[in-house]
Amino acid sequence: MIGAILIGLAGGVIAGLLGVGGGVLFVPGLVLFMKLGQHQAEATSLLAIVPVAIVGTIRQNRYGNVRRDDAIVMGGLSLAGAIAGVALANALSGQVLRIAFAILILFVAFELVRSTLRGAGEESGENARDSP
Amino acid sequence: MSTASLRDMERGRALKLATLGTAAGAFSGLFGVGGGSVMVPLLVLWLAYDSRRATATSLAAIIVIASFTVIVQATYGNVHVDDGLLIGIPAVGGVLIGTWLQQRIRTREISLLFAALLVATAVELLLK
Repeated sequence: MIGAILIGLAGGVIAGLLGVGGGVLFVPGLVLFMKLGQHQAEATSLLAIVPVAIVGTIRQNRYGNVRRDDAIVMGGLSLAGAIAGVALANALSGQVLRIAFAILILFVAFELVRSTLRGAGEESGENARDSP
Repeated sequence: MSTASLRDMERGRALKLATLGTAAGAFSGLFGVGGGSVMVPLLVLWLAYDSRRATATSLAAIIVIASFTVIVQATYGNVHVDDGLLIGIPAVGGVLIGTWLQQRIRTREISLLFAALLVATAVELLLK
């Protein structure tokens, strides 16, 4: 129980800090620390993502960054993809799914490094100016 | 610009959003993530979003996408509701801490450290 709470807290901090969704941490956290199977971890992660996304959206909406119409169209039209994705996930073995997931987070890590190195003068510009 | 080409533009835009939504849903279903890693770069690339708006708009879409996907997963009996709540509720507190911190510290090194953690996690999963 403590393990799950810590995974949630850590995933939330990273999501708020870096804008990388909680899922990339929740899923491996559930697999490696809570001993869930890959399928169960992925399904359970989604439940935890919903409140995180709600809070994040409320905050971002205050800054006027959310384009609501586009979000509704993307969200509304995701159902077919979601059904297909879940069906495919459940047709695969836990091991294959785990390997595919590992490749996904390698890709996310690569993108994060790339955007961090490229965006050094752009996104964290305000922070850089404040530092001595 | 003529009305016909304006209408074409609108149609093209709707088609791109539909493609993004479907792809994000598929990712969400396959990997148990929100789908932001698909939506954010493509919103920037296809619809000329800046990265702040892309992240914010994808977060809003994720509310709907993750809700849909968790319901579909539930029909397969895969959702552990107790663990999901034990993670999701403290995660909300974590997000508030994270966004507070973001205004006060340099995130560059943390991004790189987190990327290293992701690589280590991937290796751990591959060796499991």
